Amino acid sequence: MSIDVPRNLTTESCSEQLVPPDSLTRKDFQSGQEVKWCPGCGDHGILMQVQSLLPKLGIPREKVCFVSGIGCSSRFPYYLNTYGFHGIHGRAPAIAMGVKCARPDLSVWVVTGDGDGLSIGTNHLIHCLRRNLDLNILLFNNRIYGLTKGQYSPTSEFGKKTKSSPWGTIEQPIHPIEIALAAEATFVARSVVASPPHLAQTLEAAARHKGVSFVEILQDCVVFNEGVLNSLGDRSERDNNWVFLEQGQPIRFGKNREKGILLRGTQAEVVTLGENGVQEEDLMVHDSGNPSRVSAYLLASFNPPEMPMAFGIFRQVQKPTYDDLLIEQINEVIAERGRGDLPRLLRSGTTWLVD
Amino acid sequence: MSATESAKTAADLSRATTQDVTTVERRSAGEKEFVQVHCATIRFAGDSGDGMQVVGSQFADIASMTGLVVCTQPDYPSEIRAPAGSLGGVSGFQLSFADYEVHTPGDSPYVLIAMNPAALKVNLREVQPGGILVINEDEFNEANLAKAGYTANPLTSGELSAYRVIPVAMTRMNEEAVRHLQLPRKDAARCKNFFALGLSLWLYDRPIQPVLEFLIKKFRKSLSIMAANGASLRAGYNYADTAELFRVQHTVAAAKLPKGRYRRVTGNEAAALGLVAAAYKAGRTLVYASYPITPASEILHELSKYKDYDVRTLQVEDEIAACVAAIGASFAGAIGVTGTSGPGLALKVEGMGLAVMTELPMVIFDVQRAGPSTGMPTKTEQSDLLMAVHGRHGEAPLAVLAAATPADCFAMAFEAIRLATKYMTPVIVLSDSFLSNGAEPWRIVDPDDLPDLHTPEIPSPKQFAPYRRDPKTLARPWVSPGTPGCEHRIGGLEKTDITGAVSYDAVNHQRMVNLRAEKIERIAGDIPPAAVKGSGKADLLVVSWGSTYGSVAAAVSGLQEAGRSVDHLHLRYLNPFPANLGALLKSYKRILVPENNRGQLCMLLRAKYLVNAQSLAKVEGRPFRVNELIELISEFLTAK
Repeated sequence: MSIDVPRNLTTESCSEQLVPPDSLTRKDFQSGQEVKWCPGCGDHGILMQVQSLLPKLGIPREKVCFVSGIGCSSRFPYYLNTYGFHGIHGRAPAIAMGVKCARPDLSVWVVTGDGDGLSIGTNHLIHCLRRNLDLNILLFNNRIYGLTKGQYSPTSEFGKKTKSSPWGTIEQPIHPIEIALAAEATFVARSVVASPPHLAQTLEAAARHKGVSFVEILQDCVVFNEGVLNSLGDRSERDNNWVFLEQGQPIRFGKNREKGILLRGTQAEVVTLGENGVQEEDLMVHDSGNPSRVSAYLLASFNPPEMPMAFGIFRQVQKPTYDDLLIEQINEVIAERGRGDLPRLLRSGTTWLVD
Repeated sequence: MSATESAKTAADLSRATTQDVTTVERRSAGEKEFVQVHCATIRFAGDSGDGMQVVGSQFADIASMTGLVVCTQPDYPSEIRAPAGSLGGVSGFQLSFADYEVHTPGDSPYVLIAMNPAALKVNLREVQPGGILVINEDEFNEANLAKAGYTANPLTSGELSAYRVIPVAMTRMNEEAVRHLQLPRKDAARCKNFFALGLSLWLYDRPIQPVLEFLIKKFRKSLSIMAANGASLRAGYNYADTAELFRVQHTVAAAKLPKGRYRRVTGNEAAALGLVAAAYKAGRTLVYASYPITPASEILHELSKYKDYDVRTLQVEDEIAACVAAIGASFAGAIGVTGTSGPGLALKVEGMGLAVMTELPMVIFDVQRAGPSTGMPTKTEQSDLLMAVHGRHGEAPLAVLAAATPADCFAMAFEAIRLATKYMTPVIVLSDSFLSNGAEPWRIVDPDDLPDLHTPEIPSPKQFAPYRRDPKTLARPWVSPGTPGCEHRIGGLEKTDITGAVSYDAVNHQRMVNLRAEKIERIAGDIPPAAVKGSGKADLLVVSWGSTYGSVAAAVSGLQEAGRSVDHLHLRYLNPFPANLGALLKSYKRILVPENNRGQLCMLLRAKYLVNAQSLAKVEGRPFRVNELIELISEFLTAK
């Protein structure tokens, strides 16, 4: 019999540029389907950023695949003119794993939310992160269940009053960045819809990262959790409550960048430059490439009002990806044994002839 | 049913139930006397560290190579390594071999090789009355007897008087046989299973040369172990020959099997081979996503070896991930397969619904075990049938197949991929613990004789619509990411016919529900019609499915030879049923459905065809015995 060479056996990576960047436009990535998110929802902003980013990456449209679970965020794939798979609740990372392992040459994106990714699907998310599949995972965190109309989510703050917790929740929230760090994800970042330039820059860095990239995107649910970002501090107080991390730079924030983070042992504290003799060189310097995850955990644990909420890339390191290793192992075995030959396989082991 | 009754039934009912006890011919060759038998059953039993599986498999290989039809069944303890000498640590391996086609490992052994008191205690009640007990008397010391719960030594207490007891000092003779190799004591003692194998091969007049060849291959890197096992094997064989241990040698003539090259396969091995072969014939990558579970894990183990066939095995975090990763792989154009057992099937239910809705090809291999819940993980049962056929929310039809024998797992795995890719549907294949571990000869297929499974060419982007169906099969086109111009989105939400756009429209939903059902129904025209074994007009039709095939076929053919008016129908396609099934069932006055569940197939047949099928249910975690079925079917025939 003739032997078909398996079609997909390739170590080609999706990050290899296959069309000139910017030969496509944002419009090419719009599906034309009516976008049904509530007016004012943060999802619109993320969609726009992703549609703007995709042409820059130089990946042909047919090689892009968005996979999602269930929830408002998970409608995302319908609005992109790429391949898309709207899965079942919580399972998007596992579906995406199947897609990526079958076709490592695809650029695969997972869109999930705080309920989808950190309640029903936490298991898959963690395992997907630890395997370092070359996927981009965007977790939209609005700290509420929107699609089911207003119950608390695993990221809702303690005591939050919702339809299912009229007297306030009695459970502690889960912290997405810390989960991703614990799973040793190779790219861990947080951004916020309210800062489009930062979101654009973070998404691009995530897309260009080889290996799994995890981006938590904070947003409001305008209907059920209006102003959740205000819980990070009053809008006017944002400068004092948000800190943007920059690789290799001292960590500074404040309206006039007058504040900074100082490390005392394993404790971080907010200081004002110039006060008590604090100089810029005394400040904690952000290093997302640090093989140790300790400082990343520390930054991820910041919470207003005591500490400013940190945005940016917490961790970015290089490790072999699952999909590359999968194909490499196959290629190694083929190099050693030769390409599989079905008649030989069927006749393997102890055989005997009846004649 | 008592053992004596069973023997009586066997005597009445000729070949199907014939064990060694029926002498066909005695002849003398020199000083040796032979008893010619049609079918023999032997069981090796010892401590889980005694190597019973190895020598059992070796015996099976040699019996196979010498032209017999062999059917085997291991019986492992569920503990990984229970305390030595304990009842819980007994490991057994039973095989039957015959000069005709058998598909069961035998009701009860005629010969039991018992390596210690616990092995004797656990297995004795299964042995045929008058059978032979070959006992390693060296292990019948006070400590071991106590561990097995014997207050008196059964070798001297007289409690074994119904059997022919052959005590052999296996431990000591093995030590002597390997002494010259000066192995560490533990390694030397480990060879005694080959002493037992040598004895048994003599008893059934089989050659030892192939075992020596096996040892050369297996222990190439440890010559002293190779030599020791060989020495022990020869010692056992020669001891049986010279010590006149057994009055006679038993011999079984070569069976008349179809010509060809054969190998022995377990159900799980055959399943793995069938999946690889089908993916190969489809020219697609096989992605097998699975979570370890007894008794399905061997499929994962087997497939993990086949990297040179571009088989991608993903051991994922749970059963749900396994199911949906297979779906993701299929969406991306690979053959997505997952395998599991009952508890895992329950977890995959939502995923299977997604595969029905997205109309993607996928195969779910369910190696059934005794439930509910964790149940008895190492014991067999057929109780997932209704779940496989109906166990999803919503109207979610899919195809369900069931393998009949270990080797049939190859054919059914291949068939599942053929149907899944042709009809763009998930397909469940039901196997079970009995098939997964059992082994039988398989005539190796020529890949050229297998159908080509390449799917039709995909439409041009202009003609493409995700749910525009093939008018004949109703399958939607399988267009995967990477195809320029056909970018589309699918998912679990209801689709508009043809375009695949999300739709909550009432009329459209009804149409899509009907289309999905109709697509599965059309498979009935693409599978072999149901075929009865028998006259076609008997008083009674016995209908079986799955692993009961072997015992039911043997029982019915025994009854037929005894002149009873019984026909047999075995079903391998359970959803949809073969197109002619209804008419066929209605042509019989009486229908009996033996199953290892509470009557699930019987319920399906009654519901679908309004026939008066009666259930013969047994849920003991073990398969029907042939004699048991003969008796039960006879009773049913008599009780008109």
